[in-house]
Amino acid sequence: MNKIIEIVQELDTHSVYQELSHPNSGGICVFVGSVREFTNNEQVVALEFETYESMALKEMDRLADAALEKWKLNKVVIKHAVGRKEVQDAVVIVGASSAHRSESFEACRFLIDTLKRTVPIWKKEMFKNKSVWVSAHP
Amino acid sequence: MDLLFFGIAKDIVGKSQMIMDFGEDSPNSVADLKQALKKRYPEFSKLTSLAIAVNSEYAKDDVQLKSNDEVAIIPPVSGG
Repeated sequence: MNKIIEIVQELDTHSVYQELSHPNSGGICVFVGSVREFTNNEQVVALEFETYESMALKEMDRLADAALEKWKLNKVVIKHAVGRKEVQDAVVIVGASSAHRSESFEACRFLIDTLKRTVPIWKKEMFKNKSVWVSAHP
Repeated sequence: MDLLFFGIAKDIVGKSQMIMDFGEDSPNSVADLKQALKKRYPEFSKLTSLAIAVNSEYAKDDVQLKSNDEVAIIPPVSGG
């Protein structure tokens, strides 16, 4: 299996090296997105993620295939967490492994940038006195 | 028409799933559905974007809707 696609309640950031490791890979690149405490100087208490899971898994799978087609990669991982996440929690992991590092670096950036544009997952920023769906309004 | 709502779309209509009766204006296409939703809930017009998924795939405006399709309202996504 050259791709791992998951939507989970809790992201395990420790398993990703084993998942991407491959005898033909000399480079592994991983991006982890996490909850930041401040947005525009406002303190975030937590983020809440929800998804349209059947469609999100399909889009993530399509995204992995696009990366595998674009670059010579041995493994691809795309995982996203849903539910309530607190400051410093990991919410998304994307990664790729390849013979040399440049393919993994490029693929990794493509994976996270495209995921943010196409995968049906929504995040609500919870502040002390209000909550806001991110990107909903111009 | 049976519709699924996510993110801010769920807040706008107050439910995550509902059967919506558009009467004689029942939308035939994705474009019609977007227009009907914006008419009934003006808040949809204020969003950065509004997409429709049919059977868990993004659907272009000219896609025709069938009664047994799973239709979802997709407000601007914000994963990651």
